Amino acid sequence: MKQSSFVRSAALLFGFAFLYAPIALLVIYSFNASRLVTVWGGFSTRWYGSLLENDQLIASAWISLRIALVSALIATIVGTCAAIALARFGRFRGRLAFSSMIYAPLVMPEVITGLSLLLLFVALDIPRGFWTVVVAHATLGMCFVAVVVHARLLTLDRSLEEAAMDLGATPGGALLRVTLPLAAPSILAGYALAFILSIDDVVIASFTSGPGSTTLPMRIYSQVRLGVTPEINAVSTILIGMVALILAVGVLTSLRSDASVRD
Amino acid sequence: MSAAPLITFEHVTKRYGAVTAVDDVSLEIGAGEFFALLGPSGCGKTTLMRLIAGFETPDAGRILIDGRDMADMPPHARPVNMMFQSYALFPHMDVARNIGFGLAQAGQPKAAIAARVAELLRLVQLEGLGARKPDQLSGGQRQRVALARALARKPRLVLLDEPLAALDRKLREETQFELMRLQRELGTAFMLVTHDQDEAMVMAHRIAVMRAGRIEQLGAPRAIYEVPASRFVAGFIGEVNLFEGVVARVEDGLAFVRLNGLNALVCAAVEGAVGASVTLAVRPERMLLELVRDEGLPGVVLDSAYRGDTQVARVRLANGSLVRIARFGAALMPERGAAVRVSFAPDAARVLPA
Repeated sequence: MKQSSFVRSAALLFGFAFLYAPIALLVIYSFNASRLVTVWGGFSTRWYGSLLENDQLIASAWISLRIALVSALIATIVGTCAAIALARFGRFRGRLAFSSMIYAPLVMPEVITGLSLLLLFVALDIPRGFWTVVVAHATLGMCFVAVVVHARLLTLDRSLEEAAMDLGATPGGALLRVTLPLAAPSILAGYALAFILSIDDVVIASFTSGPGSTTLPMRIYSQVRLGVTPEINAVSTILIGMVALILAVGVLTSLRSDASVRD
Repeated sequence: MSAAPLITFEHVTKRYGAVTAVDDVSLEIGAGEFFALLGPSGCGKTTLMRLIAGFETPDAGRILIDGRDMADMPPHARPVNMMFQSYALFPHMDVARNIGFGLAQAGQPKAAIAARVAELLRLVQLEGLGARKPDQLSGGQRQRVALARALARKPRLVLLDEPLAALDRKLREETQFELMRLQRELGTAFMLVTHDQDEAMVMAHRIAVMRAGRIEQLGAPRAIYEVPASRFVAGFIGEVNLFEGVVARVEDGLAFVRLNGLNALVCAAVEGAVGASVTLAVRPERMLLELVRDEGLPGVVLDSAYRGDTQVARVRLANGSLVRIARFGAALMPERGAAVRVSFAPDAARVLPA
């Protein structure tokens, strides 16, 4: 008994170490005073300071942030509409096809998604840049939003909407005043998910971005090929912190809303 | 019932695929009436109610409210409000906003809504709870909020979908009288949908007993209980003993029926031609049970139960059929295994169509 519990905690420890040790190492080395990435030269925040003077990285970070904010917004609006259509419009023609198609991009290799979008943009003769990356990320993100919001809508009692209509609300009014407020936590979670997907994507962005729209992950990737600098560690640490924060907020809001609905 | 009916069903039919949920139903409900739709689950009573609310559209026939055809009238434009079985209170709104939702949708000014909400909270005895969220209320309180919300717009008809199903037994009885009081004082027509015959009998002025999409019988509770129109109604509302036999002779309006499997004649004040097969229905409390008597059907007491206000015995007759007998008061029932004679007064029996 004692033996097996020891084995179990060892396995757990190993698993988590496997997941998080590289990240921890990266965070630790971002505070390295030495210019050499692999040699510890004492604690320092100098790389965070020099980051502020690296205009290229700052510009890319700014582009990434704007792309993530805008594409997540589009993904949330379109994805929520898709979720409502799938959950509420009964058994329209081709409903099954649509509901399986919404899941397809989740499992599609990103290289293929990126390549197909690139072909589309070239075929339509659209110059690649900020907006093409936004559209590409919105396409990917909306599927995740649709899945999250759809799951939530299925758990909502249909009679809530019927009650709203019975009390004089038009179908649109019922959606606005009852369904959407109750689905709000999942919509917010969907937004956070789409935001994270966008801000850490390299593959799709590489295919769809143009000159002047190099995102932060693309910049990091291209610089790493020339050698890892402590600055990259610093900017990665900031990125990790941001994603962790968004995840934590998302988990907390969905926990709270679950608790309020269950009672 | 008043001259102009509030709700009129004209040959309404509703199908779901191969299932006919409502089958050619014609019905009138008067203004100010407490009407009950009673039937087992799956009989179409819920569909009928949803047709009135507008959540379903009939495949054939017409539904009129106040003489107006409801064919193209969406739910939000109909002068009826519904109290849902699940109550369907909006979890993200407090009690006052729940009750005032319909008034806000109608575009009423804030002050008028607040006044009406306060009045309704008083009516359902929930004063001071307006700021609570639904998840901070007990089951009984939620039920009252749902009722107040359905009454807020002063609808012509309030639809109650199994309103007491989620309440415990004691609260259920209190709430029955409460609903009756409200209905009387407001003068609004109520339509109760229930599978509980007690509930329908206690509260409703008229009951429609439904079965397989059709109305099997429509009438006052007393009429339905005393003169059931069919074997199904007799069995669904209360208990009943059925005696099958053939009319042997008719004298002075009394039919003498020879019971199948028994060499015995019973006398009943019913219509029937000589030689016709009939089924006689007799309520357990109209059965007589005696230890020694020449007349009556001989049988043996199978078991008996003491229920406080009533006592019940089951007697097995010579042809193997069981007869239930109920008796009010404290007089002792014969013991298990006692040989007895059962009978009934001629006016206690009703003829049911075979």
